[in-house]
Amino acid sequence: MKAKTIHTTALATLIALGATASQAEIRLGASLSATGPAAFLGDPQAKTLEMLVEKLNANGGINGEEIELTLYDDGGDPNKARTFATRLVEDDEVVAIIGGSTTGTTMSILSVADDEGIPFISLAGAISIIDPVRVNVFKTPHTDRMACEKIFADMTAQGITNIGMISGTDGFGASMQAQCKDVAGTYGITVLADETYGPQDADVTPQLTRIRNTEGVQAVLNPGFGQGPAIVTRNVAQLGFDIPLYGSHGVASNAFIELAGPEAAEGVRLPGTALLIADLLAENDPQYAVVTSYISSYKAKYDQDVSAFGGYAHDAFALMTDAMARAGSDDPSDIRDALEATSGLVGTTGIYTFSPEDHLGLDLSAFRMLEIKDGRWTSAD
Amino acid sequence: MDALLQFIFSGLTVGAVYALVALGFTIIYNASDVVNFAQGEFVMLGGMITVFAFEAGLPLPLAAVIAVLVTAAIGVALNKLAIEPARGAPVVSLIIITIGASILIRGAAQLVFDKQLHRFPSFSGDDPIAIFGATILPQSLWVIGGAIAVFVGLWLFFTHTLTGKAVLATANNRLAAQLVGINTGWVMTLSFGLSAAIGALAGVLVTPITLVSYDVGVALALKGFAAAMLGGMGNPKGALLGGLLLGLFEALTAGYLSSQYKDAMAFIVILGVLFVMPQGIFGKKTTERV
Repeated sequence: MKAKTIHTTALATLIALGATASQAEIRLGASLSATGPAAFLGDPQAKTLEMLVEKLNANGGINGEEIELTLYDDGGDPNKARTFATRLVEDDEVVAIIGGSTTGTTMSILSVADDEGIPFISLAGAISIIDPVRVNVFKTPHTDRMACEKIFADMTAQGITNIGMISGTDGFGASMQAQCKDVAGTYGITVLADETYGPQDADVTPQLTRIRNTEGVQAVLNPGFGQGPAIVTRNVAQLGFDIPLYGSHGVASNAFIELAGPEAAEGVRLPGTALLIADLLAENDPQYAVVTSYISSYKAKYDQDVSAFGGYAHDAFALMTDAMARAGSDDPSDIRDALEATSGLVGTTGIYTFSPEDHLGLDLSAFRMLEIKDGRWTSAD
Repeated sequence: MDALLQFIFSGLTVGAVYALVALGFTIIYNASDVVNFAQGEFVMLGGMITVFAFEAGLPLPLAAVIAVLVTAAIGVALNKLAIEPARGAPVVSLIIITIGASILIRGAAQLVFDKQLHRFPSFSGDDPIAIFGATILPQSLWVIGGAIAVFVGLWLFFTHTLTGKAVLATANNRLAAQLVGINTGWVMTLSFGLSAAIGALAGVLVTPITLVSYDVGVALALKGFAAAMLGGMGNPKGALLGGLLLGLFEALTAGYLSSQYKDAMAFIVILGVLFVMPQGIFGKKTTERV
């Protein structure tokens, strides 16, 4: 009897809360990997979303309505992400979802969003999220395939045609390795050596020695993220390679230079976003205002450097709130339609223009070729 | 030829890391028959505390000493708060407690420190030393030297000191040890403190090479455990040799076969050794009366 009373009371409270909340607030849901193995992706993303919601509400919200953010931490576990996505839709009654720090968690959320007709913006890299296009699924980061294309275009311009690859065996590294090998032919690039390393390996000199002993290799490409690429960079310096080393956008942060050491990182080239070279952007650069405002407010609030990953969350929030404002209603399908009609929205990653055929909305111009010089990022375009 | 030497240098560097973790396993195993799966977390703590003390402005040697002492205290606390209250429980239960402790320490480290990767400068600079066309980093020599120093220290401790023999006696038969006047509770406390200190020392030595973040412990514990099994659980000589062999084997596989098989092949060899010599290379054959 007692249990039943509690149950009824709880239910009544929930209904009451739900009723008042839905009158004056737009409910936004998010599931991110703020802890766990992908925490360095999800942690800045969660912080970014919380900061932006606070800022938006302080400035009067969207058309006078405040955003209520429900944020779950899936710890990088796809099963948890699926549970949270379902909970966001069924219990929290959100009208839109941002999240999926990794491709794995994104895939779980994506199917829920698509089934329930809730617009969803993913923060993960794999091309399979938006190719083929799903009605309700969008994403903000460049795909790994685009990174390969940007790198190969730069290599071709340098007269490099034969390369060695050393890739991480984590999801990101493996996916980018496959995409790069797939797209290499289009740019006339031949992969002569193809090595891998575990995400927590302490030394990769054997693999690099194999690449060095392969006849004709003109450059080394290192798809991966986290600790591996920093160790690869240090080992490349240890072995005294005299050919260029290319990295991926997975290490595009100041922390990478610090971890690899400025001497070892000297001359490393990789595709990155405007966020990294904010101090080099011209004031008339279209991304200047967005990038500097994000950097200064994030630094002021958390006393940490921004990363490209937090930038993806920034862009997803900007896209979502822009769509909500234009939709003028909090009906999920109206928001989705408005999202798909996004045109020329300036984010930290690039300038987004969605269409029914393109739910990424970025082209190669959003990537900037960067080079590390004297321990700092410089533009190599 | 320079390739082979490079593979060997790589193997010794990585192997010395495994050996240090395996040496940490040895002490607690000798005192209590428990395999302490929080050993990898001790390594992580050693690295993380040093990084944060160093970034707070302390000189590196002082930061390292603080890290070793704090980690040793955490090891003692683990024994006092989790292992001692469960005295009399089967060994498997104690091992499960250490797994729980490792999850707890990892979670606490996320909160106390952060979730980013860190490193501090190498002790003797980053200029590689060239030997016959192959190169090795000075920090690798520190790690290899550290593993050998810890091994010699432990070997002397277990064979030449009364306290060390008391540890072995406690492991062999706790009741008999108590009857001859050994304070077995103190032996356990000592073992956990010492083992945590060795783990932390490993963390201090390897962080400039391997980098450190709150979650590096799991992989280290697994490889260190494999190394200890390969060499013979509970034997310092076995831990050193097992670690170095495992590292060499991984490097040679990556160099001559394919990097794809590196992790798998290492475990296949361990399985092989365990099928042929279940006690490991230096383990003694024991029979248990039931």
